[in-house]
Amino acid sequence: MKPVDFNFERPASLTDALELMSRDDMNVVALAGGQSLLPMMNFRMVRPDILVDLNGLDELRGSEIGPDRARIGAMTRYSDLASNAELMARLPLLASALPHVANSAIRNRGTLGGSIAMADPTTEMPAVMLALGATIRLASRDGERSVAADDFYLGYYESALESGELVIAIDVPTAAPGDAFGFYEVARRRGDRAMAGAAIARRNHEPRIAFFSVSDRPVRGFSAERILGENAASVEAAEGSLKEIDFHGDLHGGPDLKRHLARIVLRRAWAELQP
Amino acid sequence: MSRLHRVTIEINGEQVTASIAARVNLIDFIRTEAGFTGSHLGCEHGVCGACTIEVDGAAVRGCLMLAVQADGANVVTVEGLAGMGRAKNLRAAFLAENALQCGYCTPGMLVSALEYIESGESSDRATIRAHMAGNYCRCTGYQAIVDAIAAVIESGEGA
Repeated sequence: MKPVDFNFERPASLTDALELMSRDDMNVVALAGGQSLLPMMNFRMVRPDILVDLNGLDELRGSEIGPDRARIGAMTRYSDLASNAELMARLPLLASALPHVANSAIRNRGTLGGSIAMADPTTEMPAVMLALGATIRLASRDGERSVAADDFYLGYYESALESGELVIAIDVPTAAPGDAFGFYEVARRRGDRAMAGAAIARRNHEPRIAFFSVSDRPVRGFSAERILGENAASVEAAEGSLKEIDFHGDLHGGPDLKRHLARIVLRRAWAELQP
Repeated sequence: MSRLHRVTIEINGEQVTASIAARVNLIDFIRTEAGFTGSHLGCEHGVCGACTIEVDGAAVRGCLMLAVQADGANVVTVEGLAGMGRAKNLRAAFLAENALQCGYCTPGMLVSALEYIESGESSDRATIRAHMAGNYCRCTGYQAIVDAIAAVIESGEGA
């Protein structure tokens, strides 16, 4: 199918982009990598009056690596992340997750900020950022603000991103000696939408465990974190604690299937952490 | 009605200029404005891989880029691979291994396979399959496609 007719703008600066995004008399939609948005437009689930292409904004591309965190520009493509050896060495959980994001041709266009903003509960990046305790940097014409990944996701394709705002960067705590990470995803075929997945970051013996494609948003397993923080061997008890999660079914099956798969991906992602 | 955009794209070494609506995707531009019909539109939502082409040297989904976004870009399709003598061994291997039946997926398969071979990856079949998982063959000739890619890598003579 083809998208509806729309007007196209390609601003040369973030200031110009935010000015366009601030129009509230029309449906203004930002275009990042377009690997999810353009299909949604083709299906006419999204009908922009104005499409604002962010691909001309070099200021939103690239990464700065600091002593304990990295700031990744929202328009940095997956393929640019994966080929940045220094960044991947500092963010091993992101490095483990990237090969599971669709396929190479999609990763050559898709962007980290686009995935964060889309808030698709089946995707890897929101859960990875949740496990890492990342902070999402947002900008509007009126200024900038930060939202913790923990507070960012509100439901299916729904986030704290407000009308007129753009995701401009993601601040991600980098790995320190002794930290451990695990990632596991179940999909029917490599690169397909996940049936379920788990991302784990353990720092100072305190794990943060995030699941994706099991609910209407990426979710943490708080009881499992507490149980495994106290005793790293008590995986069975941690699996049992997952019933606190509000599981949502999808085309693959109902909440029971998701609960079953969440136990499996937790066990396998956790096994990756062990020395 | 939205305004038209004047777009110039280098396709297989040819400068193609046209005035188009913003909603025209890159593959429709390549097929209808430039007349290169080798690239195929399958699903139009990025799943099947039949439209995979090179844009500025990177394999991308032609259906998931607007033509207006490719203004000034350099595009190579399956016709360009043949015209520039690229992927010669890969194309020969596809023939030798019967890696196509109806051929609808082949233009996208070749671009994805070429990216894999040129990145210096191994001939391990599971790794090839993981890379090619984004290209569908509805004649289900995957075995022969993997054979062809593995044969090119094992020959050590490049794509």
